Amino acid sequence: MGVNADPLVGGEGFLTTTIEAFANWGRKNSLWPMPFGTACCAIEMMGVFASRYDLSRFGAEVARFSPRQADLMIVSGTITYKMASVCRRIYDQMPEPKWVIAMGSCTCGGGPFDSYAVVQGIDEFLPVDVYVGGCPPRPEALIDAVMKIQKKIEMKGAPIV
Amino acid sequence: MSFDVEQAVGSLQNEFPQNIVNIKEYRNETTILIDKESINKICNYLKHNLDFTFLADLTAVDYLEVKSPRYEVVYHIHRFGPDCEENVRIRLKTELTDSEPTIDSVVSIWSGADWLEREVYDMFGIKFIGHPDLRRILMPEDYEPFPLRKDFDVRNREASKKSFEKALEDGTD
Repeated sequence: MGVNADPLVGGEGFLTTTIEAFANWGRKNSLWPMPFGTACCAIEMMGVFASRYDLSRFGAEVARFSPRQADLMIVSGTITYKMASVCRRIYDQMPEPKWVIAMGSCTCGGGPFDSYAVVQGIDEFLPVDVYVGGCPPRPEALIDAVMKIQKKIEMKGAPIV
Repeated sequence: MSFDVEQAVGSLQNEFPQNIVNIKEYRNETTILIDKESINKICNYLKHNLDFTFLADLTAVDYLEVKSPRYEVVYHIHRFGPDCEENVRIRLKTELTDSEPTIDSVVSIWSGADWLEREVYDMFGIKFIGHPDLRRILMPEDYEPFPLRKDFDVRNREASKKSFEKALEDGTD
């Protein structure tokens, strides 16, 4: 983006950019998360949304429980195979562009549950953008993940549909 | 104490001398081993004559390679008294063989047995005859193995994956 405050154009200034860069700037600063909380990580995620850690500082505080109004899925908690089809369907219902954070050891790789019922990492059925380790991760770690998503949107962007 | 467990067990023994296999007393817990054919009439007697109105738990154990017959179905039955002294709990056990893991349902006696029996069916494959709706309760309905059986590999995710893929295809949960 280029900013110009030349007095020749009235002194008010203008900026030059591409539509794509402008759209991505808007996207990265107004992420609407879809919280998919199934276990204890969800409690930590609520902490991130609440006033002490305050995700609204990053423009991502509007947690939508409807996938159609969200563009960032935060999967926080153990995902069983029975839940996996639900999780996948909710992801499919989110409009493009969309991003996924795998929060916690369980979503990253099954965590302590090496069992017949638990998915060993949600990347078996979802395209994950950022993995957050920890059991559960500190709120700062989730904030860092959201910032990494912002970076990704800024750097790689998403096509304008 | 106006309600005596020993007396209750005694009356049970008098009523069903043929059906009670063994009675154990350990740390104030009474365990009665009965044969599986008599489960309904003994439970009926316990509920209606001895006031054991509450089925606290119903579960099963797989003793593969430890003993034969392979399965035990365990009933924890509670009696509420007017004071805490009369709150009494006893344990009923029945043994089921590997070749015929079926037993009569007790849903008609304690309706709380409904989901408990479904869970035992889900995990052990023990069939409850006369159950109103014997479907899997935890695992997907098209899941095949019985995960708490000791000969099931607890890390085997193949059946779960199959159910998951089918659920995705069908659009059902």
